[in-house]
Amino acid sequence: MRRQLLPALLMMVIFTVLAGFVFPLVITGVAQLGFRDKADGSLVTVHGRAVGSKLIGQTFTEPKYFQGRPSAAGPAATGSDAPDPNHPANPVPNDPKDLTQVNSSGSNLGPTNPDLIHQVKARVVQYRRDNRLSAGVAVPVDAVTSSASGLDPHISVANARIQARRVARVRRLTAAKVQDLVDQFTNGPTLGVLGQPGVNVLELNLALDRLAPS
Amino acid sequence: MSVSFWIQLGLLVAAVGVTTPLLGGYMAKVYGNAEAPGDRVFLPVERLIYRICRVDPEREQRWTVYAFSVLAFSLVGILVLYAMQRLQTVLPMNPTAVPKVGEALSWNTAVSFVTNTNWQSYAGESTLSNFTQMTGLTVQNFVSAASGMAVMAALIRGLSRRRSRTIGNFWVDLVRSTLRILLPLMFVAGIVYVSQGVVQNFEGFTTVKTVEGRSQVIRQGPTASQEAAKMVGTNGGGFNNVNAANPLQNPTGFTDFFGLYLILMIPFALTFTYGKMVGDGRQGWVVFSVMLSFWLIAVIAAAAFETGGNPNLTRAGANQAVTSSQSGGNMEGKDIRNGPAECGLWAGSTTGTSNGATNCQHDSMTPLGGLVPMAHMKLGEVSPGGVGVGLNGLLILALLSVFIAGLMVGRTPEYMGKKIQASEVKLVVLYILAMPFAVLVGAGIAIVLPTVLNQSILNPGPHGLSEVLYAFASAGNNNGSAFAGITANTQFMNIALGVSMLIGRFFLIIPTLGIAGALARKDKVPPSAGTFPTGTPLFAGLVFGVTVIVAGLTFFPALALGPIVEHLSI
Repeated sequence: MRRQLLPALLMMVIFTVLAGFVFPLVITGVAQLGFRDKADGSLVTVHGRAVGSKLIGQTFTEPKYFQGRPSAAGPAATGSDAPDPNHPANPVPNDPKDLTQVNSSGSNLGPTNPDLIHQVKARVVQYRRDNRLSAGVAVPVDAVTSSASGLDPHISVANARIQARRVARVRRLTAAKVQDLVDQFTNGPTLGVLGQPGVNVLELNLALDRLAPS
Repeated sequence: MSVSFWIQLGLLVAAVGVTTPLLGGYMAKVYGNAEAPGDRVFLPVERLIYRICRVDPEREQRWTVYAFSVLAFSLVGILVLYAMQRLQTVLPMNPTAVPKVGEALSWNTAVSFVTNTNWQSYAGESTLSNFTQMTGLTVQNFVSAASGMAVMAALIRGLSRRRSRTIGNFWVDLVRSTLRILLPLMFVAGIVYVSQGVVQNFEGFTTVKTVEGRSQVIRQGPTASQEAAKMVGTNGGGFNNVNAANPLQNPTGFTDFFGLYLILMIPFALTFTYGKMVGDGRQGWVVFSVMLSFWLIAVIAAAAFETGGNPNLTRAGANQAVTSSQSGGNMEGKDIRNGPAECGLWAGSTTGTSNGATNCQHDSMTPLGGLVPMAHMKLGEVSPGGVGVGLNGLLILALLSVFIAGLMVGRTPEYMGKKIQASEVKLVVLYILAMPFAVLVGAGIAIVLPTVLNQSILNPGPHGLSEVLYAFASAGNNNGSAFAGITANTQFMNIALGVSMLIGRFFLIIPTLGIAGALARKDKVPPSAGTFPTGTPLFAGLVFGVTVIVAGLTFFPALALGPIVEHLSI
């Protein structure tokens, strides 16, 4: 094996240059020349100031905004005020500079975990109250479950339709007007078949602010 | 199940079906001795690399030398990657100022990427510098894949040559796999990814003030280049913590579908390469059909269980119905754009290919939905398996099948005109036993240790056992996906999973090369009336059955205690 070590080492050097420098540099070059906005995170700006990325969700709590899905990602990743300190996947870091705060994350709670069932029940109650639904109404599942990434930018169309009534009420807009916007910001599926349709919460809320600044 | 699932499945099968002969035929020329397309461009570069590395491309290796070359290259890879993580504070391109990686974690990650496992005990966005991700991990995404393909080329040569002492030259196979197959495909994939919104730059964190006035941190970095490499090479180690569920890594329904296709493309095409190189296309299609059958069962089952939803959520007041306005199903641990159908497609594909990238949280799948990826890995990653190693696995199972068929009729078994005798069968058995050993012994030890019970397991009850079982199945099969609730970044888990990965890689590669060497030496016997034909649907059925029986007998008891008990309790 000793006689193979020298070629092994030299090969590693060559491939590090080729795959570790040349390859990513060329891809970056093409990306920055051809798709700059996309390659830099698809940032959304308002009055020249970045307020988020249209690809990732952020926390909305005010009733005048559509609200995204529950998240188990760290607070810095979603832009939420306080993490749930009781959640094992979401410990409050001792050091405020602790970068574990930015991780994308799901809850990883198993399907029979009592914590999951407890969380979902609480969210169902909250969602019904926020949207003035009566007690027996089943709530769209995406509104009460945490997403895979913790950064889901979308909500389902069913979820958006229910929230549209609340948003219209708070903003004193007609339900039809808000529903038009919901339709406008419903993305996908790509080419009609790839993936599932979803309503982009950040873009929808920004459009609402433009329509009816409050 | 939704119509969109069936359409996407159909498109995927069609895409794979179209490229299998095209790409497979091209790869057969890459590994053959005659002229290959692109010689004018590639040959001068290859000659230069051989000259620098002092390799004589004309000189072929016996199987032992070939194996030593694989081992030497892997050893160097582990050392380089380990050093890079320990030194990332002094190396350049660390815009997020991450500290050096701990010893046990560095070991785990180095072994993980060199063995093409890409298990991640860490969260990429907060643990690694751009330098480590780009020049460390991405490089192994190329060469660990190329090493697997090289070993496969050696095995095919063993089956197709007669009275030969050599099975090719590892360095030549490595260089040609990388330059002529992986690099062009990964380049195209990388450009497609950036065009769809996958991040690609050398920045660190971008902090923005959100609409409601909070601060949000967005991780930038060379993501698309790594994403392309990790999918094409069936590696699976993502730039970010949640891998391909992260919208900055997998932003649209199209990238989701594209990623699926990328991981399936080469492993399926290699079956055609095999048929071409042994001069009998039917042999390749037999292997293809066995792989396809397992894969179809896995993706359909996983999607069905997830779309069916979790009864506990319905009881809690959630509406999981599949309608035109929501994908429905078990949405815990899934994003909207990749719903239960896409999760099922990925879960089945990523565990069949030894890729391990995920677009949903397997830990939060329904008990039976989560059983599918776990059981699928335990078939031994042969449906269609990782690049190169998947085909190896299935060919070894084919050897076992002819042996069993031979026992039934009392004749010396033959495969591809080669008599399969005691020495080959011993190596086959070693190959078959190594993976269950790495999985079950590892999980068996782990499950009684207080450190695992107290620190690693997240979910209570049988699901906790599933987490540990999944982790070792993933490591032992060089898959890399996870029931991610488990805390794997502990000293014990990092070291134990590392050992498991090494066994799952090299105790499979070395017997494979041994078999290749033994078969290459033999002469071919002409088929007679007693020869069991291996290019037929009957043989495909036999291989399918043998695979199920071997995996079932080995793993059913463990699976019964984890996901099956959980399902019965729901």
